[in-house]
Amino acid sequence: MSIRLGGIIAGLAITLVVVFWSLAPGAYNFAFGPPAEKQPSYAFYEHGEGPANGFSFDGAFGKWDYAQLQRGYQVYKEVCSGCHSLKFVAFRNLQELGYSEAEIDAEAASWTVPGIDPATGETTTRSGSPTDYFPMPFPNAIAAAAANNNAIPPDLSLMTKARHDGSNYVYSLLTGYGEADPELAAKVGFETPDGLYFNKHFPNVNIAMAPPLVVDDQVTYADGTSATVPQMSTDVAAFLTWTAEPSLVQRKQTGWFVIGFLLFATVLAFLSYKQIWAGLKQKKG
Amino acid sequence: MSFAWAKQYEPKSAFTQWLDEKLPFPRLVYNAIGAGYPVPRNLNYMWNFGVLAGFCLMIQIVTGVVLAMHYAANAQVAFGTVEHIMRNVNYGWMMRYAHANGASFFFIVIYMHIFRGLFYSSYKAPREMIWLLGVVIFLLMMATAFMGYVLPWGQMSFWGAQVITGLFSAIPLVGEPLQVWLLGGFAPDNAALNRFFSLHFLMPFVIAGVVILHIWALHIPGSSNPTGVEVKQESDTVPFHPYYTSKDGFGLGVFLILFTAMVFFLPNALGHPDNYIEANPLSTPAHIVPEWYFWPFYAILRAFTGDLSIPFTGIVLIPAKLLGVIGMFGSILLWFILPWLDKSPVRSGHYRPLFRKFFWFGLIPTMIALFICGGAPAEEPYVIISQIATAYYFLHFLVVLPIIGQIEVPKPLPFSITEGVLGKDKAAEAPRKGTVDSGDAGNLPDGSLQPAE
Amino acid sequence: MAINTADTSALSTDDGVRRRDWIHIAALSTAGVGGATLLFPLVSQMAPSADVLAASSTDVDLSAIQAGQSIKTTFRKQPLFVKRLTPQEIAAAKADDATDMRDPATLASRTKEGHEDILITMGVCTHLGCVPLGAAEGENKGEFGGYFCPCHGSHYDVAGRIRKGPAPLNLMVPEYTFTSDTVVRVG
Repeated sequence: MSIRLGGIIAGLAITLVVVFWSLAPGAYNFAFGPPAEKQPSYAFYEHGEGPANGFSFDGAFGKWDYAQLQRGYQVYKEVCSGCHSLKFVAFRNLQELGYSEAEIDAEAASWTVPGIDPATGETTTRSGSPTDYFPMPFPNAIAAAAANNNAIPPDLSLMTKARHDGSNYVYSLLTGYGEADPELAAKVGFETPDGLYFNKHFPNVNIAMAPPLVVDDQVTYADGTSATVPQMSTDVAAFLTWTAEPSLVQRKQTGWFVIGFLLFATVLAFLSYKQIWAGLKQKKG
Repeated sequence: MSFAWAKQYEPKSAFTQWLDEKLPFPRLVYNAIGAGYPVPRNLNYMWNFGVLAGFCLMIQIVTGVVLAMHYAANAQVAFGTVEHIMRNVNYGWMMRYAHANGASFFFIVIYMHIFRGLFYSSYKAPREMIWLLGVVIFLLMMATAFMGYVLPWGQMSFWGAQVITGLFSAIPLVGEPLQVWLLGGFAPDNAALNRFFSLHFLMPFVIAGVVILHIWALHIPGSSNPTGVEVKQESDTVPFHPYYTSKDGFGLGVFLILFTAMVFFLPNALGHPDNYIEANPLSTPAHIVPEWYFWPFYAILRAFTGDLSIPFTGIVLIPAKLLGVIGMFGSILLWFILPWLDKSPVRSGHYRPLFRKFFWFGLIPTMIALFICGGAPAEEPYVIISQIATAYYFLHFLVVLPIIGQIEVPKPLPFSITEGVLGKDKAAEAPRKGTVDSGDAGNLPDGSLQPAE
Repeated sequence: MAINTADTSALSTDDGVRRRDWIHIAALSTAGVGGATLLFPLVSQMAPSADVLAASSTDVDLSAIQAGQSIKTTFRKQPLFVKRLTPQEIAAAKADDATDMRDPATLASRTKEGHEDILITMGVCTHLGCVPLGAAEGENKGEFGGYFCPCHGSHYDVAGRIRKGPAPLNLMVPEYTFTSDTVVRVG
């Protein structure tokens, strides 16, 4: 009894606290105060749309388009890799994109990675081998910031998982550059400063990265695909989806197998359960 | 078990006979989850979640031990080792996604289990101890889940550690040193990461220990049931095996289908993209939120926006920060006195018209509102909604429930579980004790409840 | 207890399994198959991961090694001995080719043609995996002038062949190729 009485008193007390010290001023202002200023909204950028036809790996049955991944790798290598690292990916991983072992050896050798001089022990560079990871374009964060107007280019290994709706985000960001939209600019409340670029899909609207893909045929695809800016953006977004989650397609395929098995097992379990309980129900008469 | 008609374990072979004399483990299992445990025959699917919760704990321990073989709790490399698990370790991605989503599904199952307990008043005498141990398990789970979320050392991990240990700094006098002590430094770093890993590894086994106590306590009075009427006779019960093992097997199948669907097709849907960015002590993400299962309590924490002060004097009695912390912990701690707040003699919500109204139209919408507000940014209208919901939350448990217990007129209860299931049974007709079944073991017909050993 | 078995006992077969029990047996076996399948990833995850398996190779520059000298380097996280034999050592090794050995091998089979003076072996004793002495200047080379494992006293000769002690096999010669006259790629 005393606990209940205490409870009632405590409950009323807590409610009183909440109501009078939190709710009441708000309610008072709402009723009598000047109309509340509209809360500044931080969501002034436009949510990006993905490529018109989507990605081959979308959906529960999605698969990699290996030609596209290879094109995306080419875009990364020729355009992005100047500033952005890919530190969780090794050259050997490229085998999953459909390259042969010899091609990987050659591809790895075309990169320069940090090494140690075996004679003197001093740091030096050497050509890459398949077990090496993609090299960092800058020796450290300070150098990266110094070379890029104080903005550190993020590592791209996990980019499509580190952003909401990441694959589409990467595509829309790469295609979202343009003249400052006056309406959006007004919302932000400041002009695009020098050294920044307007991008309607970037959360701050003003992004430190200069438009990386600007003209058609900026890269020359080996397979003859016409390298339009949307095409290159789609390809590199697909490639970065692969770098973020190489097991994506394997995961979905395993999933179907597992769920199929579980459905079968669950139906059997249900029949078994019903059978066992059927005996009990007979007694119901 | 405690019922006179419970089946007795009979070792069949010479070996099991020998084992039964030396270490009666098969007997223990037989009596705990075998044919030797008589269970009310009318349990609905809401009673599946206890076994499922135990299964979730096993999933977490197995996948967790596997992940610990490949993970390194060092701020320099922790993020990288998680990626190593995802990319290089055989089936590492499967283990990690199963562990991460396993935590979410553990909480889904536990919330269903608590929901069952609240609606059917499973916390009432003689089952208070089961409920109390359950609340302990829930608190341990929250601590374990929080520390586990820190381990990948992503942005959300880091700032989660910063913010949650920051809660303790609200405690007067010892708060600030306490936070530094918890972190082993002035900001989350190696010391914090290592101790969180150590404790995150330890806690599941502590939980498993309390789970054993929870089940032990359950076997003293036996399982509750949807009518809330105590077991009176043999026809009220069926042996746990094969009746409920088969039903739990089916429930487990359904659970695993939903679980694997998330693991294999939407593994990151319940996570936050920012946690795929390595921890950066110099930059807080724009919108930090805890994992979804903490949202209702996070909403209560943030609902207290004003200091508790003496009006017009400016003397602050309790600052808002401390009020929020008290509110958040209090919202769970008050479950410890719940069995003594709700003293209505009727257990099941089915027979309590007034309770049911407040449950469905008060508590449940409140929890949904708190859930939504906890995940939303701290801006209007979410702040005001969470404040109203917080007020009702405490009102419901501390005021509404005790008063309902006094004034409610419950619906007539069936005489027995058997009658509830099969309709009135001539053979079981016995003098009614009135419409309310108090659950008092002393007044029950012969043979219903034997004193526990 | 509550099951009325009267009507089902008629369906019993001789071995006591009722025909409608098949569904329980099927359900339990399916669950068993599922559980057993689950063991596969749980066991597999402890096997070497992809980065460990990724074939790695080590390049060794031989130009700096004088006759009679050895260098220690690493191949797949294990010590690798590279030794340039003196003419006397080559002669001694060849002379022993015909003797009775535990793991018979000729010097020619343990070196590459045209590079008979270059002996490349793993620096891992075949007994229980210690690193034998003898690769560095001034170390105990054992009774046969090659390598000596101090853990349990295995003696290897100049060609790395086991001659005395508990080790069962000769020091292992890894796969390698000469990429040039002075550079060897191991692996």
